[in-house]
Amino acid sequence: MGDPLHTVTTLPTARQPGCPFDPPAELIDTRRHGPISRYTFPGGKPGWLITGYDLVRSVLADSRFSSRKELMLHPTIDYGDIEVPPAPPGEFLHMDDPQHRRYRKPLMGKFTVRRMRLLTERVEQITADHLDAMEQAGPPTDLVTAFAKPIPAIMICELLGVPYQDRGSFQEQVGSFMNGETSDEDLIAAYTATQEYLAELVAAKRANPTDDVLSDLTDSDLTDEELKGISLLLLAAGLDTTANMLALGTFALLQNPEQLAALRADPALADRAVEELLRYLSVAKTFMRTALEDVELGGQTVKAGSPVILSYNTANRDPERFADPHALDLHRQDGGHLAFGHGIHQCLGQQLARVEMRVAFPALVNRFPTLRLAVPAGEVALRPEIADIYGVKSLPVTWDA
Amino acid sequence: MDAERCVGSGMCVLTVGEVFDQRQGDGKAIVLRPEPPVETRDAVREAVDLCPAAAIFLSTDRRH
Repeated sequence: MGDPLHTVTTLPTARQPGCPFDPPAELIDTRRHGPISRYTFPGGKPGWLITGYDLVRSVLADSRFSSRKELMLHPTIDYGDIEVPPAPPGEFLHMDDPQHRRYRKPLMGKFTVRRMRLLTERVEQITADHLDAMEQAGPPTDLVTAFAKPIPAIMICELLGVPYQDRGSFQEQVGSFMNGETSDEDLIAAYTATQEYLAELVAAKRANPTDDVLSDLTDSDLTDEELKGISLLLLAAGLDTTANMLALGTFALLQNPEQLAALRADPALADRAVEELLRYLSVAKTFMRTALEDVELGGQTVKAGSPVILSYNTANRDPERFADPHALDLHRQDGGHLAFGHGIHQCLGQQLARVEMRVAFPALVNRFPTLRLAVPAGEVALRPEIADIYGVKSLPVTWDA
Repeated sequence: MDAERCVGSGMCVLTVGEVFDQRQGDGKAIVLRPEPPVETRDAVREAVDLCPAAAIFLSTDRRH
């Protein structure tokens, strides 16, 4: 634990070969030096990198650390003196209270534990449909396109009220925001197309309200611009995160056959298995905050205006919080992972994600008892480390038909 | 339970559904059992710890 002044100058750009589920070795090493390190941002601005569980949690719960977009500094790219504009109306992930609260409040009742559990049957049906299709088409298949992407996509689109026929193109555009490999030009094109689509969707819901979250929200004081921003945030969060959990989670289970066998043998293990996969994989791996005033943190003074990088995936592997943290152990008892964050921004859709995973993982592994990778594990294509959400690009799998 | 602070994450309901629920309208947590049964107390402590908004308060004062 020694040196409290450990300094990190660049964020790792890759994971250890052969360890697709572990945070980059440099970050695990940084945690060994202590839970808080100095980090020099590109361009030379000093800031901090937090890798310890307790400190990440405390920053997330502390209103002296801001999420406002205009205060954020990119952790790996030097944009020089370009001023970052505030978050567009409705995109409340990058706002502080009271603005954040104004948007979150009308949504809270839509994503309750009870409401999400009522969707279980629908998730089961969608999952069964996709498993049937996999079975009919026969092995091999790409689990990402056949299973991991469509299930959460159908759910969030049905909840929000995105028509079925619009889903495909929409999902592709949103995916391009998150995969870390889209050129700036394509990114702008995808963003513009998404904005135009959402503007039309909001107008359509205002004209002809249907039974969905977006239509419900038109019955409030939120403007069209705000509704567009909220929709973008919910769709982006709902489309890409759970999809990556399902695909990467299946990969992790296939690489840990004794854990996979335990899940198959004991249906009652499913809830705990989902929590452990969330902890172990932490696909939403890095978030930023900026100190609004001087804050004492882990024996250091974080000065007002300092940017702070929170490494969720490293915190979720903190040996001081989780016994044998780098092992996938579906029987693990210690809960409280940070995969959905903590504090006022904690994931609004987490109960939906839980229901989806709770249904989809057991259904998949039970339908195909001989499910296995169709390529060597080292050839599974992974998203680059700079992607906002980590995962596999595709997961070729096969089984005995 | 401080409804003003509650962010509707549902962690308390998930952790100990016998003691907490969420209001159907606005998703805010409500306390179903202000004096939780003994067998739920560990889970209630966990719910207090997990609450992302630190909106649940536990008093160990026993008047009964």
